[in-house]
Amino acid sequence: MSQQSGIDPRGPRFTAAVTFVIFAVALLLSDAQPAVAAVLTGIQAVFFAIGAGLGVQKTPTGLVFRSLVRPRLTPPAELEDPAPPRFAQAVGLVFAVVATLGFATGAVLLGQVFAGFAIVAAFLNAAFAFCLGCEMYLLGLRLRPARG
Amino acid sequence: MSPGIVILVLAVVAAAGFGLHRRRVDGRFAGHARTHAAGEPGTGPAPAPAVAEDVPHEPSAWERLSASVPHAELGERATLVQFSSAFCAPCRTTRVVLADVAERHDGIAHVEVDAEQHLALVRELDVRRTPTTLVLDRAGREVTRAAGAPRREQVLAALPLTEESR
Repeated sequence: MSQQSGIDPRGPRFTAAVTFVIFAVALLLSDAQPAVAAVLTGIQAVFFAIGAGLGVQKTPTGLVFRSLVRPRLTPPAELEDPAPPRFAQAVGLVFAVVATLGFATGAVLLGQVFAGFAIVAAFLNAAFAFCLGCEMYLLGLRLRPARG
Repeated sequence: MSPGIVILVLAVVAAAGFGLHRRRVDGRFAGHARTHAAGEPGTGPAPAPAVAEDVPHEPSAWERLSASVPHAELGERATLVQFSSAFCAPCRTTRVVLADVAERHDGIAHVEVDAEQHLALVRELDVRRTPTTLVLDRAGREVTRAAGAPRREQVLAALPLTEESR
């Protein structure tokens, strides 16, 4: 049914669930301890950078999924193309970097808003297997000046 | 409550609401505002959708499509036009379903269009998401469309609409 060169679709969803938790904890701590929030979103930014550069399978959560989670699950019904989740990691990186800069420089509300956007995307991915960044991609292309 | 908690709650509620809404409408075939001047045909085959008769000067979906994708062939009964893009996991599922329907039923063609390569067409046909599936009748007029991956039953239920639109 599908080619061999795919990844288990539950991998990116597991990664998104961890991403969600990291951003949620960062948001909860952000008012009292913005520096701690900056460290958390900074770590997440590094994860995203690895995911965007090398693929979601290579992130720390991707490796945890492969070595600890996947062996306990039944084999996937279908494999998935790794390109969409990798693109989503790049989108996530932008939001994580802005959130980190906000928390680190005292622009806490800015950090909170961007962490909030990241939470929306991570939740949709983890709970519904829905890739928000992927969908924004076509809308973004459509906005570019018409040329043909 | 501190702003951090408020934003967290808002984000989760918004994401859950959006996700549930999408789960409900994904793959559902309905008429498109631009091609259907009046009335929502809905999912059932009941009301015959008013197609290009309302706007005879407008080129049909197929005329627009074949201007961009010259080698595509119109099906004898119906054509399933799928818009896909590179960063789109459900496009793969949709391709499998539509190709299978086209193979099993006579006179049904499946045409896949790379949205990124055909942005002008994407704008003309007002495609906003990938996958989007248009169902064209034998004359190449759009009868209905679905955004998001449709299930096989949804595709099969939409096909009879192409018979009524003549």
